[in-house]
Amino acid sequence: MTKLLIKGARIVDPASGRDEVGDVFIADGKISANNEKADQTVEAKGLVVAPGLIDLSARLREPGYEYKATLESEMDAAVAGGVTSLACPPDTDPPLDEPGLVDMLRRRAKALARARVYPIGALTVKLAGERLTEMAELSEAGCVAFSQANAPLADTQVLWRAMQYAATFGFPVWLRAEDRSLAHGGVAHDGEVATRLGLPGIPAFAETIALDTLLQLVRATGSRVHVCRLSSAVAVEMIRAAKKEGLPVSCDVGIHHVHLSEMDLGYYDSHCRLEPPLRSQRDRAALAAGLAEGTIDCAVSDHTPVDEDQKQKPFSEAEPGAVGLELLLPLVLKWGAQQKLPLAKTLARVTSDPARVLGVQSGRIAPGAPADLVVFDPAELWRVVPEALKSQGKNTPFLGYELAGRVRTTIVAGKVVYERR
Amino acid sequence: MAANPQLNANGELQHLLCIEGLPREILTQILDTAEPFTGVTEREVKKVPLLRGKSVFNLFFEASTRTRTTFEIAAKRLSADVINLNIAVSSQSKGESLLDTVANLSAMQADVFVVRHASSGAPYLIARHVKPHEHVINAGDGRHAHPTQGLLDLYTIRHYKKDFTRLTVAIVGDVLHSRVARSLIHGLTTLGVPEVRVIGPQTLLPAGVESLGVRVFHDMRAGLKDCDVVVMLRLQNERMNGALLPSAQEFFKHYGLTADKLALARSDAIVMHPGPMNRGVEIDSSVADGPHSVILPQVTFGIAVRMAVMSIVAGN
Repeated sequence: MTKLLIKGARIVDPASGRDEVGDVFIADGKISANNEKADQTVEAKGLVVAPGLIDLSARLREPGYEYKATLESEMDAAVAGGVTSLACPPDTDPPLDEPGLVDMLRRRAKALARARVYPIGALTVKLAGERLTEMAELSEAGCVAFSQANAPLADTQVLWRAMQYAATFGFPVWLRAEDRSLAHGGVAHDGEVATRLGLPGIPAFAETIALDTLLQLVRATGSRVHVCRLSSAVAVEMIRAAKKEGLPVSCDVGIHHVHLSEMDLGYYDSHCRLEPPLRSQRDRAALAAGLAEGTIDCAVSDHTPVDEDQKQKPFSEAEPGAVGLELLLPLVLKWGAQQKLPLAKTLARVTSDPARVLGVQSGRIAPGAPADLVVFDPAELWRVVPEALKSQGKNTPFLGYELAGRVRTTIVAGKVVYERR
Repeated sequence: MAANPQLNANGELQHLLCIEGLPREILTQILDTAEPFTGVTEREVKKVPLLRGKSVFNLFFEASTRTRTTFEIAAKRLSADVINLNIAVSSQSKGESLLDTVANLSAMQADVFVVRHASSGAPYLIARHVKPHEHVINAGDGRHAHPTQGLLDLYTIRHYKKDFTRLTVAIVGDVLHSRVARSLIHGLTTLGVPEVRVIGPQTLLPAGVESLGVRVFHDMRAGLKDCDVVVMLRLQNERMNGALLPSAQEFFKHYGLTADKLALARSDAIVMHPGPMNRGVEIDSSVADGPHSVILPQVTFGIAVRMAVMSIVAGN
């Protein structure tokens, strides 16, 4: 196995708070304490080396939606964005509700030898919200958690039983909080902008009512729940209180929701059609602050490649979602700068914190830890244009923006998997 | 936010998509231009040659008889060639995308597209993709806007009341689903109407409607007090019995316009309705046909206003 040396970098390790210039040695796919003779050297003077990003929500669109994106195109996008581990939601076609599908996905991902892929299994068969999946089997096949993705689970009885069952085996449940009937038919935050644009709204209490149900079921079942994609200020408050109470909950926010609000819909920009919807400026500020103080554990890309035909439609008919694997790093850096956070604390939300939620050893730079690393220039500016993105999806509200922070080298298990020349 | 897609580089009207964002000067220009066209309508030869040789395509992705007909009459009186396409029952049902439909029609040399669509914002998408010499006029998109209806309402108000800056205007009924209400509210606030009221039950008012610059009333009697103009909105059949309203009868009792409720408004108040009316649901026949009603003149003015809009955009 190759021995690798990253030379003269600013080493930022969010797990320990370490931030100093030095060398990182890699042997046998792991970070090594010894200064051994390297076979390959990455010159990193003036650059940052940090743990590779861990993205808790990235859709790879396989199986079933290969016309939107392929595993190969999206794994390229991941490593180009410095993402070395990603969790993929089960809303493929068919959904990840059978061990065979999960196994195939993992094998295909492994063969591509880029980022590590952690499949999230479907909580219910076909995500229909009626019958539980064989969670133990799925777990053996490699599922790290169970989820409904964006599919509603309308029947609270089924939700309760699913959480009980998952808790029995200690499987984490990852759920979005959205009341199905309140969200029904809505495409934008139920507020001033939706009123002006004449778009059917989704009120913020569609989230908080469902979140309250979830939290009560956590109390009842002891199930470990990760709440996905918070969108409202009140939900941040509720999570803060739940954590204070000692409930086993964690949560994340989509990086778009940290930077954008309903105002960005402009004249019906379908790239801003997201699930959950972009809410008010006040909600956006609360999400950004909640992420800074750690009430929100992680930021995710919620990467969703959508083909242009499905976006070139009237706003309410356009398919929701935005790509984000290649934007996660610069957008997190932008958020960290706005919050005046040190770099280590900024990066924690996409490295050590998601590693803790996933229960994996990566996400830190310490002897013996997996050598999943990203080398980047935090100051390098680049313009978000379709040609700059490796993802097959070019659907992002940030098209045309100039962002700071660009990946130079990505390393997974001690191997260089991406290098920008 | 991107530049206003309705205006060209010289600040002139390129497309008419929405009244919001149009400066007062353009609204006034449209109303002034419409004025002489009301005369054309009354002449024996009801035609002027302003759009001779131009093609107006009526693209109706949602069924409509009245609005489509008034646009057709307006275009013909301007001597344009009019092509009516009822797309609700043709290519879109065969799976063709909205933009493909427009690209195909554009290849047939259109000058003006008059668009009605069930989805809010659809005319914006079309306007982004047409050629520079093509113009889009929104004839109603989802709940969002119906700017020519808003303009004809403004024309009617100006005709009867002259000065916008002393008026109290009440808009009554289903504001939530109404593109007519949104367009009229923006027009009234732009032209300096000091008090615009919306009256309806909470279930039929959109979230944060106050942010449009209106006062909210749930009690119709309080809301009508001293009004100069009362605009009744149509209540769609499908909203009458369900989670929004218990029944048409109960709605009529509280929000239907009757002679005794109208007596609370100013004695010279005018009553408007965009049509088609539900007599006995939002308006009593004695009011609809009574001395305060200007509902039929609205229709006549509507043709003149649409002529004005088409001649202005196609002339720019």
